[in-house]
Amino acid sequence: MPNTRPLSPHLGIYRWRVNMLQSTLHRLTGLFLCLGALLVTWGLIAAADGEAAWSMFVGFFSSWIGLMLLFIWSWSLLFHLCNGIQHLVRDTGHNFGPPTRDRTHDPVYWSTGWFVIAVSVAVTVLVWVLLIVRMQGGAA
Amino acid sequence: MSAYPGQRGLRNPLKIARGLGSSKTGVHHWWLQRATAVALVPLSIWFLFLVGDLVPADYPMVLATIGQPVNAVFLIVLAGCLFWHGALGLQVIVEDYVHIRWLELTLQIALRFGALLGALACVMAMLAIWLAGTPPS
Repeated sequence: MPNTRPLSPHLGIYRWRVNMLQSTLHRLTGLFLCLGALLVTWGLIAAADGEAAWSMFVGFFSSWIGLMLLFIWSWSLLFHLCNGIQHLVRDTGHNFGPPTRDRTHDPVYWSTGWFVIAVSVAVTVLVWVLLIVRMQGGAA
Repeated sequence: MSAYPGQRGLRNPLKIARGLGSSKTGVHHWWLQRATAVALVPLSIWFLFLVGDLVPADYPMVLATIGQPVNAVFLIVLAGCLFWHGALGLQVIVEDYVHIRWLELTLQIALRFGALLGALACVMAMLAIWLAGTPPS
């Protein structure tokens, strides 16, 4: 017999908060990083296989499409890492619940996601600036 | 009549609940996901530094670096945690979004074999590089 009981209202009734963006991004970056795990596997197999296979691996990631993938992967990793650390901190249950809830202000966990996103973007930019400096220093 | 809301027939609720599993292992997935996540925090930061150090990816230098025992061990542990954590995450994604039963089951089995295969491939590659030793330069 089909379940005819009413469903609870879903996404439509909630006011948008950064937590929703974090949650979606955590899944998307996680999914993308699973593909990244295959990239790591390809790299290790290529390194074990020999110089020709390694050159092909490096060649692909020196191309524009390869570099773009690497850039997205680096941010995905850093966002998933930063957001994951926030997940672990929140898993402790610290600062949640009625005793610490101040009704006159929005709770801090409604907005700390912006900090997580900002840090992940800033570190990604830092990583690539350092890489470019390193490449130019190596070439000179 | 019914003893509880939603009951159909005379079957006792306990009879319906029996055989559906105990309530003792429900957090197993959650804990494994957290445990692998905790391991991956330092491992992935270390990995970023390793990759940065390897640029511009000169082959003998790459072999020498990842063939060092400490790096090799950490890379093997990283591969294990990475694919394990990835499989746990993919499992939830499939559970949430794939509602065609045969497809869900196929994906659930495929992603586990895929993760195992990926982790094994990394470990085998690392062992090959590690045991081959650093070529004399």
